Amino acid sequence: MLKTGTERVKRGMAEMQKGGVIMDVVNAEQARIAEAAGAVAVMALERVPSDIRAAGGVARMADPTITEEVLNAVSIPVMAKARIGHIVEARVLEAMGVDYIDESEVLTPADEVFHLLKSDYTVPFVCGARDLGEASRRIAEGASMLRTKGEPGTGNIVEAVRHMRMIQGQIRKVVAMSEDELMTEAKNLGAPFEVLLQIKKAGKLPVVNFAAGGIATPADAALMMELGADGVFVGSGIFKSENPEKFARAIVEATTHYQDYKLIAELSKGLGTAMKGIDISTLAHGERMQERGW
Amino acid sequence: MLKIGVLALQGAVREHVAAIEASGAEAVTVKRVDELADIDGLVMPGGESTAMRRLIDKYHFLEPLKKFAQNKPVFGTCAGLILMAKRIQGQDTAHLELIDMTVERNAFGRQVDSFEAELMIHGVGEDYTGVFIRAPFIVEVGPEVEILSKHNDRIVAAKQGHFLCAAFHPELTDDYRLHQYFVKMVQTAKEVVA
Repeated sequence: MLKTGTERVKRGMAEMQKGGVIMDVVNAEQARIAEAAGAVAVMALERVPSDIRAAGGVARMADPTITEEVLNAVSIPVMAKARIGHIVEARVLEAMGVDYIDESEVLTPADEVFHLLKSDYTVPFVCGARDLGEASRRIAEGASMLRTKGEPGTGNIVEAVRHMRMIQGQIRKVVAMSEDELMTEAKNLGAPFEVLLQIKKAGKLPVVNFAAGGIATPADAALMMELGADGVFVGSGIFKSENPEKFARAIVEATTHYQDYKLIAELSKGLGTAMKGIDISTLAHGERMQERGW
Repeated sequence: MLKIGVLALQGAVREHVAAIEASGAEAVTVKRVDELADIDGLVMPGGESTAMRRLIDKYHFLEPLKKFAQNKPVFGTCAGLILMAKRIQGQDTAHLELIDMTVERNAFGRQVDSFEAELMIHGVGEDYTGVFIRAPFIVEVGPEVEILSKHNDRIVAAKQGHFLCAAFHPELTDDYRLHQYFVKMVQTAKEVVA
């Protein structure tokens, strides 16, 4: 008997990515650079988040030509983004054979009320979260991997740090609670009780949790690992830097050896200017991607 | 107590550490070459073999790992199996070249084709759930290699001397029989040296 799309197979795929870096790419050439630099997966998209931010308008699933080009260019897993709640974009990506779908707030949501029922799919999903309530809701819908939302395309780590600290702190609180306090915590967080119970018993999330949204330097990547991330997504940071190849390698090494500070100092030398970045307080609420989805 | 290292450059390290400890040995993570010195055996986990190889090269792990493998047991799962193969289909070069076999990467297809299947593993037992994730398989083996398990006529686990490999992920289930089998291999190797 052969079973595909099981919870173990979908979550397991993310387990294999741990300690690694997943890089945003917009064509085959970038995908090959990412693979050679030691990325554990690439995220195929039409524009990196900072360009999506600059372009404005509605951001959708990438043109399948781009996704296909990337799928054919590398042997590492290929992820792609679907709009929140866009059942058909997700099904199309699944049919194309992408290895992981990101139901992503970087794209303009297709549904402001309902997220995808991800347990329905054979392909695994990664979703963004700002706190344990959001994380638990996504897990209950079938997400096999989580990431912080951060604030994509800003090159500013502050939101990813906020979200990671928030989630880790809330996990510690749940673990320390007695079981009879858990339902009230579920109500307060808006989290399914069963997911919280699972977290309490295991002492950790049942799925892998990566950092994403604003990582712009090797030290940023190492910081997120220090705060408990299982790995990192780097979006605009790499291919918006002066020397993407060198930059990509440095991020990979800093993620593996996140507590080797002398090494991170070496890695950070002569990387050229990182992306300029945006102060979050200058973004109006409508411009904050993290507020998409719930 | 036996001390078994898990190569911790990238991948499912934590799960192997738990499985080794549940199998009665001490587990340590190996991130630096000098950490190979005081371990009795090594597990190379699942992950992305291309990413691991880049970090192996970057930190000059290749020769020390080959030297370690000369007299100490190594167990590779999924990407770890690829690192151990002498030949990789479609590639001119391989990695550690420990086991006389040819492997094919991502041989069962993409992630949507990843699966679980019941396996019979020689010397380990029946009803073993193999979790295959974008898994490789072994296309052919040399005369010194013992085939331990097949799935639909494809070789998915093998042993050559003190080397053990599996195309699936024993660390993702709570069935520790294969880890126990490896711990025994490490025990035997240590007794031979002593």
